[in-house]
Order: sequence, then structure tokens, then C-alpha cells
Amino acid sequence: MKWNTLVTQLFGPFHGMREVGDFLQGEVLFEGELLTVIGTTNHASIGVRLALAQARVVLDTISQHPGRPILLLIDTQGQQLRRRDELLGINRAMAHLGMCIDLARRNGHRVIGLVYDQALSGGFITSGLIADACDALPEAEIRVMRIPAMARVTKLPEAMLTELSESNPVFAPGVGNYVAMGGVRALWEGNLQVALRAALSEATGEDRRARDGALRGGRKLAADVAQRVLNAA
Amino acid sequence: MSLSYAECTARERLALLLDAGSFHEWLPPSERLTSPHLAQLGVPCAFDDGVAIGRATLAGRTVFVAAQEGAFMGGGVGEVHGAKLVGLLQRALRDRPTAVLLLAESGGVRLHEANAGLIAVSEVMRSVLDVRAAGIPVITLIGGANGCFGGMGIVARCTDYIVMSDSGRLAMSGPEVIEASFGVEEFDSRDRALVWRTTGGKHRWLTGDCDELVEDDVQAFREAAICALSAAKPVTSALLETEHALLSARLRDMPPPSDDLDDAMALWQRLGVADAQRIPDIDVAAMHALRVATEAQR
Amino acid sequence: MSIPAGLEILDFSFPGQRIADTFAPVLVGVVGSGNLEVMLESAAGDDCTVRIETSARGFEPIWRAVLADFHERHPLGGIRISINDMGATPAVVGLRLGQAVAELPGASS
Repeated sequence: MKWNTLVTQLFGPFHGMREVGDFLQGEVLFEGELLTVIGTTNHASIGVRLALAQARVVLDTISQHPGRPILLLIDTQGQQLRRRDELLGINRAMAHLGMCIDLARRNGHRVIGLVYDQALSGGFITSGLIADACDALPEAEIRVMRIPAMARVTKLPEAMLTELSESNPVFAPGVGNYVAMGGVRALWEGNLQVALRAALSEATGEDRRARDGALRGGRKLAADVAQRVLNAA
Repeated sequence: MSLSYAECTARERLALLLDAGSFHEWLPPSERLTSPHLAQLGVPCAFDDGVAIGRATLAGRTVFVAAQEGAFMGGGVGEVHGAKLVGLLQRALRDRPTAVLLLAESGGVRLHEANAGLIAVSEVMRSVLDVRAAGIPVITLIGGANGCFGGMGIVARCTDYIVMSDSGRLAMSGPEVIEASFGVEEFDSRDRALVWRTTGGKHRWLTGDCDELVEDDVQAFREAAICALSAAKPVTSALLETEHALLSARLRDMPPPSDDLDDAMALWQRLGVADAQRIPDIDVAAMHALRVATEAQR
Repeated sequence: MSIPAGLEILDFSFPGQRIADTFAPVLVGVVGSGNLEVMLESAAGDDCTVRIETSARGFEPIWRAVLADFHERHPLGGIRISINDMGATPAVVGLRLGQAVAELPGASS
């Protein structure tokens, strides 16, 4: 779904959000409450510049709008694969964005992520995965890496990875798998405004993902192993 | 006598860096908490899933510690590996040690566990920030042959303090991945000098992306870790605004590409390093002796 | 292209003389390419049991020969040996087994 269609369905035609390059931002009114919305589009490659642009809006929300919820609209192909971004410390810029979002949460801003198209790797770690919860549209996809690159790094054949991506929940990019594993809280099916309202009202500060993964059966060990560390002699 | 940190296994690092005999392991190999996802790919497990965690003392102070084994799956984080790290960090919130030490050596998400690994890394990140918010310093040591990349490169920058050796590397994407995407002109992954100018300890120390630079020596890492025990830096708006200004200025001031001067050396020059061309050749002691403008950035 | 058959699991057992006391588990080696990890644990009974999980399929006779040779030099009993292997050569396997035994309490070199 195009970001403008999504945003219009959520906030009406006068939502006021704008797109500059691959960066989306705006202040929207939702059921009488103002929200800060930031995000990316065009399967954005997140370089240092785009990470900082997003972080700036989060920091401004923290300093100027106490308590205001933040909605992250995610469509990214992950970190920008350029030597100059590595030189400039893209991992540091992404960590900075993640820490800004995390501070917003700790300061009482509800932060909701929504993968509305695709999310990869670092681009997802420092957006949806650091929010209070991350939701997704049913047709969205989440991956760690594209198959050709994955084949090169793992030395596993592309054909094998392709077959696994179709049949195996650990590899398949469909967001249904992420729901089962606890990485995604819920899918927005049906009325989008109802879904957003539910996301805002159910946001807690607690990281429920390992517990959800165990309850839903997609990630059976993580919660148990962490608990065992707590209980170990 | 000098002992290379890079050449040690994770367990050797723990035995040699912490106070002698003080390491008590949680979820040891004999509990066989192995990956549920590797056998289907014909890949053998490790009994500790590539990370040893536990409690120890460092200069007599109680620390919780995790050491990633870079030789196993490149130190990649899978479901169980990640959960061990999360459990360690959650236990730190409860038991309040002096610090948490992460001996990080990792390519990031373990690709063989794809989705499970990606979620695991983000849970580690959240737990690190929980511990940091509680005022317990999380200290990352980076000096293994595999470096600290991917999602662990992000996690490292979420911790309070990073110690790197000059042979260590810290980044997001590996040079091979960048070369595969944009060609050898973008990043020649076999040009070792270029790789280290871009991601190595000296570069990261000059730019302030790590807090301390040491020789590739276990004792040097130990001493730096001891100093870092008091280096807690809680995340506040003020800290993030300062960080934002620093990163924005660096982006703004980065010299454009030039045929005359390598990007890294141009950046070091801009940061006030007097003799940028010599940096790759000088030793760690000489690095410390440099009077550079980057002091103000740390 | 089918998913590979997976790991090969091999089990061996040798009669031996029981080690007098139980001991804390011993671990040597890492599971990297061309390498293996070996864990020794105290076990009930007098046998030495060995389980190997390996990505290098089809080498059972070689494992049997290496282990038989090792057991002749170290007739251990009441012990369980567990191995995760990623294609180590017989020489490396022998080395790790020797390193593991050297860490047992009361081991003679």
C-alpha cells in the first residue's frame, strides 16, 4: 500500500504529512489526539543522513511534546550499503536513532511501529523492533537479508534458501511468521483506524516478544532460556 | 608477556581477563541448550550456542559477563545465543552487579536462523538499554578476528563504553556485502588497509566511535575494562542532543571524495589529526600521544 | 534442490575402567570449520560412550579407528564423550581428545 493511501485512510485527506526524499513526517490528529508520525518510503536505504533526520524528529517530540504518541511507518531495504556510510559510523547513527526512540518510550511516549511494505535487518532493528510494539499490514514482508547476499555469506545454495523461504517459518519473510515468533504484535486487517486505536491502547513498556513467541509457538526456546538464566545457581 | 586477545577463544579470554578462577558459568555446555534451527541445514551445534555467560569478579568487583565465540558461526546471534544474553542482562537488573561486560565478536544476526536471530538481536538491544537505564554500565570489548558487525554493531553503540584494539573492527555491513552490492570500486574488501581505515580500532577511536584504544593484548583489555567500571553514562535527552550534534557535524563536515586524499585520512585531517597519512603505521601508544581535536568529542 | 540430509550422528561404546570419582564436565575446542568441540562428562556404569554429531558425513570407519586408538591409550570408563564436529581431520580429533583427557582431575600426561 502506498504511504499516502495508508495515511489518508488513517487520518483523512488533510493529514498534512509530507515526503522529502524517502523521509516521511507529519503531525496528525487521531481521535482528538495529536500524533507525531515519522517514517520512510520507496524501500528506503537508511544511511547516516536518513537515520539522523528521523532521530531529529523524535528528539523534538521528546523536548516539545511531552506524552505525545509516535507512529513509525516502515518501508526500508535496510542500512545503506556504502563505504562512506560505514566510515561515518552508520552503526552509530542507527544506534542513535534507536536510543532516541527508546528514550521516547521511557519518557512516556507510546511508540508504535507499522511495517506497511517491507523491512530489512538494521532498518528494522532501529525502528519497529525498538518501539513499544511493532504491527504490520498483512501483505508486508520482513527479512534479514536478500537471498543472493545470504547465499554468499552463509555458503548455502541460493536454491536451498529460496526453498526454505517458502516453507520454513524461520526463513519465510511473511509477517505472519513474525507474529508467530512474537516479533510483530498484530496484523492490521480490516479497518485501519480500529487497528491503530487498539495499538495505542495496548502499548505497554514491557518487552513481551519472547513470551508471545512461546505462547504462539513460533519461538519456543527464547523465553525459557532467559528464565533459566534468572534461575541458575 | 604479551598474549594476543584476537587469538584467544572466548573461554580463554574469560579465563585470562577476569580475576583468576572467578568465572562461574550459567547454562554451561553440559546443559546442552543448543540451537533448534541448525540441524535442518546440516550444520553442527555448539553446546553453548556460541556464547559463554556468567558471573565473575574484575579487580574484586562483581561483574556479569558474556563472551561470544567468533569461530562458531562467525559469532552470529541465534535464538538461544540471544536469549542467553537477554537472560544475563535481565539478571543484571535484578542482582545489580558493578557492570556487565560484553566480549563481543559477531557478524550480527546468525543468518542460518534468519527471523529468529533478527528478533533475538533486537531483544538484546532492548535489554542492554534497560540495564543502562538502571545505572549499571554495560561495557563492550571488541578485538576478535571477526570484529563486531551487523546488529551487534548497533548493540555495541547502545552500551555505555567500548574498548577496541587496533586490530578490532566495528561496523554495520561487512566489506564483502558492500562489494557484492556496489562493486569493488565502492569497497575493495580485499584491501585490508582500506578495511581497517574504514572500520578498525584506530579510526573508531579517532572519531570517538569507541572510547578506548588498546593493543591486541589480554592484559591491556583487562586494564581498560577495570577503568570502564565507573564509566556509566545514562541515556538522557541531553546526552542524545549532544550525540546528535556531533553526528550531524561530522556528516556536514565530511570532506567530499577526492583523488588526492583517501576518505578516511581526509576525515582524520578534518578532525584535527596533524599527520593523517601516518596513522596506519603508528602504534597505540603513539596514537594516545596525539593531541587531537577529537578529545573534545568524547 | 533438496535440503541436505542433515548431520550424521554416530554412537560408539567401549568397555573401560571406571574413573574413581565423578568430575565436573570438561570442554575443549570450538565448532569452527575443520574443528570440533569435545565434552567429557561423568557417567554411570563402566563404559566409555561416545556420541558424535558431524557435518562431514560418511567417515564412520575413520571415527571408529581414531576412537579405538584413543581408547587403547586412555581406557577410560564411567565417562560420556560428546563431540560436535565440522570436518576436523583425524589428527585434530586426536589432538582434542588428548587435550580433553589432560583436563581430567588426576590426569597423567
